[in-house]
Amino acid sequence: MNKVLPLAVLAFAILAFATLMLVILPAAQFRTVEPADGLEPYTAAEERGRQQYVDLGCYYCHSQQPRSPDQAPDLQRGWGRATTPADYVYDDPHVLGTMRTGPDLMNVGARMPSQGWHLTHLYQPRAIEESSIMPAYPFLFEIKQNPGENDVVVPVPAEYAPADGAQVVARQSALDLTAYLLSLDRTYPADDLELRDLGYDRTEAR
Amino acid sequence: MSLTIGTMMALSFVVSLIGLAFLIWAVASKQFRVDQSDAEVIFSGAEGEDHAPDDPTSFGFQRDAEPGEGTDTRHRKLIFALIGFGTFWLVLGSIFGVIASLKLHLPDWLTGSAPLSFGRIRTMHLNSVIYGWLSLAGIGVAMFLVPRLFKTPLRGVNLAWGGLVLWNIGVAVGVYAIATGWTDGMEWLEIPWQVDILLAAGGACFAAPLVLTAINRNVHHIYVTAWYYLGALVWFPVLFVIGNLPIHTGVQGATVNWWFAHNVLGLWLTPIGVGAAYYVLPKIIGKPIYSYRLSLLGFWALALFYSQVGMHHLIGGPVPTWVVTLSVVQSVMMFVPVIAVAINQHVLWGSNLWAFKQSLPLRFVAFGAVMYTLASFQGSMEAVRAVNTVTHFTHYTVAHAHLGAYAFVSLVLFGTVYYLMPILTGRLWPAPRLIALHFWLVAIGFGVYFFSLTIGGWLQGLAMLDASRDWLESMQLTQPYLEGRSVGGTLMTLGHLLFAINLLSLVFAARRSTDAVDTATPATSAS
Repeated sequence: MNKVLPLAVLAFAILAFATLMLVILPAAQFRTVEPADGLEPYTAAEERGRQQYVDLGCYYCHSQQPRSPDQAPDLQRGWGRATTPADYVYDDPHVLGTMRTGPDLMNVGARMPSQGWHLTHLYQPRAIEESSIMPAYPFLFEIKQNPGENDVVVPVPAEYAPADGAQVVARQSALDLTAYLLSLDRTYPADDLELRDLGYDRTEAR
Repeated sequence: MSLTIGTMMALSFVVSLIGLAFLIWAVASKQFRVDQSDAEVIFSGAEGEDHAPDDPTSFGFQRDAEPGEGTDTRHRKLIFALIGFGTFWLVLGSIFGVIASLKLHLPDWLTGSAPLSFGRIRTMHLNSVIYGWLSLAGIGVAMFLVPRLFKTPLRGVNLAWGGLVLWNIGVAVGVYAIATGWTDGMEWLEIPWQVDILLAAGGACFAAPLVLTAINRNVHHIYVTAWYYLGALVWFPVLFVIGNLPIHTGVQGATVNWWFAHNVLGLWLTPIGVGAAYYVLPKIIGKPIYSYRLSLLGFWALALFYSQVGMHHLIGGPVPTWVVTLSVVQSVMMFVPVIAVAINQHVLWGSNLWAFKQSLPLRFVAFGAVMYTLASFQGSMEAVRAVNTVTHFTHYTVAHAHLGAYAFVSLVLFGTVYYLMPILTGRLWPAPRLIALHFWLVAIGFGVYFFSLTIGGWLQGLAMLDASRDWLESMQLTQPYLEGRSVGGTLMTLGHLLFAINLLSLVFAARRSTDAVDTATPATSAS
């Protein structure tokens, strides 16, 4: 090869082709998908909590994409049915995740509907599950001697409670994050199943 | 919306057609023809002659060698600065990495503030080593090799200095932004797009001098290393701009995310590593690569197949079957370019083991080249659905990522830096034993890291697929393997500190005699 231009043009063309296949065609196929029936837009508090979820990097350890029963026992574990693009219409940025260092959270709001549970778990995961390796997030909480009337006091077992009888109170960021987690509920029926990866389906004649 | 997408599709189709026409023209007019004799353009002697092995550390300087042949002082300092700043990011990024690793088995350590929480430290690690270390050191190596390959001085050295400043500010602000929670929130694309503008401007300042140098070349044939570099110069800007446009949402954002992230590996980091290995291996040994024609296949097959593998990150996910399957097929097709490169590189150093034993830089580069073959084979297998269903969502993937980005690209870069610095500065490494120690620290450290996470990740995946076992078991059983990873990562980090010390020792060794070198050689020996 002796010329720069043909090399550059062909290299560009190959990438343009890949972009057509992996970026543009999928976008054409499901960028216009309607939200699934039963999927609600996030409220302001939930959206703020979602921002916490993203900037604290929760999605590096938790996926939000249950697999189909033909591939894995996700449904049996209570993580929910396999998802489709219609379940993610309000997600920006996406948080599908690539790791399950922690469990899948697509339906954690339906599986764990208690605000108190989430607040305790965020303050100190080991107060709930001794072997947990999830980070504690004490900076989402403050310690108060005399919580006010509007303060949400977090139930913490004595072992992890602050000394001298002070109380753990949730900051707004913890309440928002919990609101987001509680909103994660895709238990309604799936829309547009043909838009997800059916490569593991055992039923023929699709 | 449909009009926009239709227009874009038509545009891509036309671009593909033009590309095809170019290919036909280029083949017909023998633009892409290569001969085995072309493989010898990197040697200074006549064709077919025996060439002396070229590695000052092991074999002494070549007879008529001048320090930094074809470079002037500013250019030499530029290369040194690029590699120096790259090494700074390597050491810093490694420390972030070790902290993140420790946190996975010491979850109550350093929990007091958000910037130190796992999700942020882990991300600061990735962005420091990818955009700081690998990109800067890779560009530094390119700034050294491209003028040599084209036998002409580097053009636009001042512009490249500007690029260095902009790029470093971009990475620093980007990593700081992640620490404070300002992120675009997609893996590999976390640096806020506003900050990415700095990186894009800096990247353009790096690209222009390299392209200008290529246009002003004084050689008839473009050597294979430069194909990879020129390809990367076309690919990375396109990827970076499209990936960072703040318009992608929902599942569509996920497809762009993984199209981008895997192409950063395939069309940016891989060309940096393979290109350097294609130069350093034959140059140190003094013999051309095994089959130069095969390298042509290796290059174009890489471009064609690697660019479409990204969706294997979404196997079993909420994206259409066809696009996932396309990426699985292309991932398996990657055996073609990888075997082509493997034959060319491994036959060469494998049949010249005397050089492997004597030359430390060669040992790094050859080890890295083998890791490229293994990482790619492993990657192709991981994309197969039956394997992916076990390894996806586990630490197995993390081990694989480090086999590619670390054991392959980083080791090739270490070796290339150890090779080029004496040539650039005219000074020998003051303590070659520390180079050997660096090699063994990172080789053993990486071995511990890789096997820990590979075994732990596989067991984790099997446990997660077993409905009779509680999910919690799949997490608990990884504990000893995560601790093993911290041990391996710490050894690697110590190796990186040694690398930084070696570079510093050369600075101080060089500083004492810079004037002497400059006056002893005919002023700025541009050819």
